[in-house]
Amino acid sequence: MHMADALISPAVGGAMWAVSGGLIGYGARKMRHCLDSSRVPLMGVMGAFVFAAQMVNFSIPGTGSSGHLGGGLLLAILLGPEAALITVASILTVQAMFFADGGLLALGCNIVNMGLMPCFIAYPLLYLPLAGKKPTRGRIALAATAAAVAGLQLGALGVVIETTMSGISELPIGKFMLLMQPIHLAIGLVEGLVTTAVVTFIWRARPEVLDLADSAAAGRPLASTRLRGVVISLLLAAGVTGGLVSWFASADPDGLEWSVARTAGKEELAASSDGLHGALRSVQERTALLPGYDFAKKQEPSPQQPAGSGDSSGKGQWFAPSAGTTVSGLVGGAITLLLAFLAGWALRRRATSVAAA
Amino acid sequence: MADIHSKAADIGWLDRLASRDTPLHRVDPRAKLLATLAFIAVTLSYDKYSLAPLMPLAIYPAVLIALGDVPLRFIARKLLIVSPLAVFVGLFNPLLDRQTILTIGSLGISGGWVSFASILVKFVLTVSATLALVAGTGIHNVCRGLERLGVPPAFTVQVLMLYRYLFVLVAEGSRMNRARALRSVAGRGMGLRAHGAMLGSLLLRTLDRAQRVHAAMCCRGFDGHVRTIDPPRFGVKDAALLAGWLGSLALLRVFDLAAMLGAIATGGGR
Amino acid sequence: MSHHIVEAADLRYSYSDGTEALCGLSFRITHGESAAIVGANGAGKSTLLQHLSGCLLPASGTVRIGDTVLTRRTLAIFRRTVGMVFQDPDDQLFMPTVFADVAFGPINLHLPPDQVRSRVERALETVGMSHVAQRPPYRLSGGEKRAVAIATVLAMDPDILVMDEPSSNLDPRARRRLIDLLRTFTHTKIIATHDLDMALELCGRTIILSQGRIAADGPTASLLCDESILGPCGLEKPLSLQGCPICSAGCPAGRAGA
Repeated sequence: MHMADALISPAVGGAMWAVSGGLIGYGARKMRHCLDSSRVPLMGVMGAFVFAAQMVNFSIPGTGSSGHLGGGLLLAILLGPEAALITVASILTVQAMFFADGGLLALGCNIVNMGLMPCFIAYPLLYLPLAGKKPTRGRIALAATAAAVAGLQLGALGVVIETTMSGISELPIGKFMLLMQPIHLAIGLVEGLVTTAVVTFIWRARPEVLDLADSAAAGRPLASTRLRGVVISLLLAAGVTGGLVSWFASADPDGLEWSVARTAGKEELAASSDGLHGALRSVQERTALLPGYDFAKKQEPSPQQPAGSGDSSGKGQWFAPSAGTTVSGLVGGAITLLLAFLAGWALRRRATSVAAA
Repeated sequence: MADIHSKAADIGWLDRLASRDTPLHRVDPRAKLLATLAFIAVTLSYDKYSLAPLMPLAIYPAVLIALGDVPLRFIARKLLIVSPLAVFVGLFNPLLDRQTILTIGSLGISGGWVSFASILVKFVLTVSATLALVAGTGIHNVCRGLERLGVPPAFTVQVLMLYRYLFVLVAEGSRMNRARALRSVAGRGMGLRAHGAMLGSLLLRTLDRAQRVHAAMCCRGFDGHVRTIDPPRFGVKDAALLAGWLGSLALLRVFDLAAMLGAIATGGGR
Repeated sequence: MSHHIVEAADLRYSYSDGTEALCGLSFRITHGESAAIVGANGAGKSTLLQHLSGCLLPASGTVRIGDTVLTRRTLAIFRRTVGMVFQDPDDQLFMPTVFADVAFGPINLHLPPDQVRSRVERALETVGMSHVAQRPPYRLSGGEKRAVAIATVLAMDPDILVMDEPSSNLDPRARRRLIDLLRTFTHTKIIATHDLDMALELCGRTIILSQGRIAADGPTASLLCDESILGPCGLEKPLSLQGCPICSAGCPAGRAGA
């Protein structure tokens, strides 16, 4: 479920980074006010635990396949939402850097999908109310399963939305959801079972550990308006950031409209974007801050136009593929690739010879 | 079981790469982080049909790999391992977008294939840049750089501690796993219940360890704030390097080097 | 703190589940002395050490170093004066590099950076680990980790060294190096150990704990020969003294250190 850089646009990536950055900052600030300095080593070691636990697979009876623990919900149960989010973020960071499991720009998306969803939404809104103050084994099972399933569904939804809004993949939102949600339902059930098993084990062996988390959650009303307010304001910030970035890069709205237009065959949407598009183009040409892919270069119409799209020149140019897909473009591309390799090779030779000297 | 060991070995190897001394290692981590992030942002800012204009961008990971003396085989292997998601999602593009937008001779290539190729190229560029960055910097310096860029120390300390104890826990986990596997017969004992119990035991041990680490920290005066001395100074050379990279990226974004060279090579024709 | 005399008076402590760990310990260790704390598993050695280093507060009774009694307010002073080396070095090496670990203590003492650096270098040199300063802890051998753990504590310039099973998990050569190193220290040393041979070599005084009480307190040489004391406490004579014809006949002068 880790998103790769190649599938998102800078606008979506930047917006999600803003959200996760805000969450991490919020969590860090909360932790500073927490007088219990034992949080620091506990989070570090728990993060390593979840990381290690994710590497151990178990066999799912009857299916012949294997699965592993996700961990967001478990961390929230044991550490409280803010500390859990920071821990999840740290796990994802190490995975992104050392396993390339999830891209750097996509890190924000992953933190939102796999951190925000289970820790700030599923845990307070589902697990806590269902488990109650004095949980029994059955209630833990119910609460953990429900929260795990919900958290993973939301995370999968996040992936779908982020991918679609980036406009890099052709998958229309409906089909994508049809693909993602059922799979993650199954994964969520498994996660719920594993979380239940671990929490039950702890609850029987060392119940005071669960009390530790309870005291972290205490003093905070369930689904508090303050928490909701934080999340809402963060999402607003994301929207504003995303809008700003895409205004300058003119990457984002088009992708969504493009795929919507193609799947739905609606022309009006494209026509309305023409005005926006024209305005953007003139702004871009004047400021030349981040010239978009089409604006700076192409004046001549490209040989092939996608069917059913071209009436006004602006719109045709909009949907027209950029110079890169011409033959000479490909030739030039190959040349530059070769040059890049040569440069790298020469640098390496020089570096090793200097080192050997 | 092999999974744990190979993953831990991977981290260990990358860590070893990161602790050498190459020209790349000597650059301030902030410069490297910012340059790589800018590179990724620029790479992703190309639209989905851009293929050739992406190629000149390969210079950045090429330089990183060269300066950091990162083994190409390592990068290639990592790329292969992580590619499934990008490939899987990207593969839908040729299926859904069948319109021909490019002809080479008599061969018509649909938009879907072009965008799929574009996804793959972007994937290779971004992932190799990320790996080269980490191999040329190391987690410790990356976290120091992040801190100097304003990331809360609570987070960077968390990353460092997680990293530190990962090895300890992986060793413990694999020992437990091995013990369990040796006592399971015909797949029994590898199921959910044993898994939950194992994780539970590992967790309890982990919590005990957390308490001991906390005691050790307090014995050395820990008061809740982790401090470090003197992060590396951001020198003139680092600033120049960063400015140079950002400038080059901007130029590459504005001017389609591939098209220019291609036009020259094919005699201005199309 | 003057004199650095370590004193316990009727020290008592129980765990949260009710187990009485320490049932009224009283002893006095003078400045520069080397004392070994021995006893069976569960006798209370680690708990006692945690009190001495300020990790635990007594339920009743007092722990005193010089003129300072251990209370919640004097915890910081205790931690600065007493350097505790834990049983598992992995618990003590939690920073990304050896240098960062050894520097952790001095930094928390709010020392200026150049003083921190000089202390780190000195500590690493003392334990002979200067060459691994930039290495991460997981790439050290057991003996190296142990030495670095000692360095982390030395960097704080403690007056009293408290060590929990320092020779456990060490191969013979690393163990020998550790013993030689500890012999050079002039600090007050309080060492909890199962390694009675090491106790014989390093410590002039031994306190035997049994079920939370002091069963015996006296010169190492005489105590560790006396089966009548060792047996009931779940202990045996040190290996070097077993089967020795002279020892079986009577107690030798022993090889106790300073």
